[in-house]
Amino acid sequence: MSDVCIVGAGIHPFGRTEGRDGMDQGIFAVKQALADSGIEWKDVEFAFGGSAASGNADNMVSQLGLTGIQFINVSNGCATGGSALNAAVSAIKSGEYEMGMAVGFDKHPRGAFNADPSAYGLPNWYGEAGYMLTVQFFGAKIMRYLHEHNISRETLGRVAEKAFRNGVKTDHAWRRSEVDLETIMNAPMICDPLTKYMFCSPAEGAVALILASEKKAQELGVPIIRLKSSVMRTRPPGSFEVFAASIDNERGGTATEIASKAAFEQAGMGPEDIDIAQLQDTESGAEIMHMAENGFCKPGEQEQWLLEGWSDISGKLPINTDGGCLACGEPIGASGLRQVYENVVQLRGTAGARQVPGDPKTAYTQVYGAPGVSAVTILQR
Amino acid sequence: MSAQPIADNLFTEDMSALIGARNRETGHIFFPLPLTPDDNIEPIRLATRGTVWTYTVQRFPPKEPYAGPTDPEKFRPYAVAYVSLPGQTMVESRLTGVDVDDVRIGMEVELTAIPLDPEAPPEEQKLIHAFKPVQGE
Repeated sequence: MSDVCIVGAGIHPFGRTEGRDGMDQGIFAVKQALADSGIEWKDVEFAFGGSAASGNADNMVSQLGLTGIQFINVSNGCATGGSALNAAVSAIKSGEYEMGMAVGFDKHPRGAFNADPSAYGLPNWYGEAGYMLTVQFFGAKIMRYLHEHNISRETLGRVAEKAFRNGVKTDHAWRRSEVDLETIMNAPMICDPLTKYMFCSPAEGAVALILASEKKAQELGVPIIRLKSSVMRTRPPGSFEVFAASIDNERGGTATEIASKAAFEQAGMGPEDIDIAQLQDTESGAEIMHMAENGFCKPGEQEQWLLEGWSDISGKLPINTDGGCLACGEPIGASGLRQVYENVVQLRGTAGARQVPGDPKTAYTQVYGAPGVSAVTILQR
Repeated sequence: MSAQPIADNLFTEDMSALIGARNRETGHIFFPLPLTPDDNIEPIRLATRGTVWTYTVQRFPPKEPYAGPTDPEKFRPYAVAYVSLPGQTMVESRLTGVDVDDVRIGMEVELTAIPLDPEAPPEEQKLIHAFKPVQGE
């Protein structure tokens, strides 16, 4: 079967943009993606899109043009962007459409996400007693992981240090200055073992991708990036997810492990074939766990990886080349698509100061979110 | 009236244990009881001793719906652990009776109840579950 191709990519800078709402940032990204692929809005046959906090994506047609296209809203938490992309790929693979769009955008208030216990099937006391905080989950999960696999807390700091170092070189990043390891380690503790600099913040931003069948892509004459896999999966039994008043004594696998395995199978590749990876880094610990869950190393090897700089832009597998969520922030609807955007730019060789050397040909993304969802893509030039 | 548990169906009547839930078909045990009654679920008494499987420390005052003290002057960081109860489940619980910097994975702990706001008048105090280190071990 022929591949689905990415023929256009657009991004609205992440971070904070006063006076521009989430959907307008989405429109900005769409217009950039259209210009990038050299097509017009009327050429787009369908769209999948979503945001968690900035309205229904299909309302974008009132600004982009009432062309009557199919526009389906996606609401899949942190996997919203990945799910929109996944659905768009299926629509083209089915043969029903030749060209369409996946878009995600968001604009969140400052500070950690507020959560309501009843929305998670939990009693009110769970919130009143002080358990309804995502940061506790992240702290507790990586605390166990470090213990089980003998990884030092400095490794968490090195992940953040790398993120900010890469963010300096990234036009669309939010945090654009370096933070040294000592500052990261000595910063106020939020939830042990994670300090302030080891967490990403809710933010704003938007990404749009134009997808086309291989035939259509060749007609356009633009640089072609092939989507070798796009997979979204949910959690298996015994995973460790946010807002759990209890978890099973018998531990199980993760949604990411399932998604990753399926994506590699679909692409006919293995972790050793990947040149660049963008992995979910809600906090430093997530990047560490996801390095292993996606098969790029064994649990415990992350210590050496970070120490040796193997996941730096010049390393053997550059990870989160644009600074990831730590440097870009996390607008839920757009975050997974940002990873794909970064890979498109890297594979085209147009990433400027953060360009991965050695002419990379394959690139991997993985987004993870509540309550145990994961989406993976593999791109090939 | 003395201090009351923060919610019904959290502790057993004599406050000596937490109430867990067991699926009659699968035997799967979890905590707490579901919000809506389910014929398939029966309440069970959870073990009162276990070990710390993992933990973190809440270092800043949470926002709503947190109902404990949030005044930065009065707020004290608290440890939140998953306590493994053998043969049953791991319960998310505060730890008490141990400095937050001295908590360790593998610590043996036992159930107790603590006031959500120790400075509240006794008649207004709400009791929440917590585990404390087992003494003399």
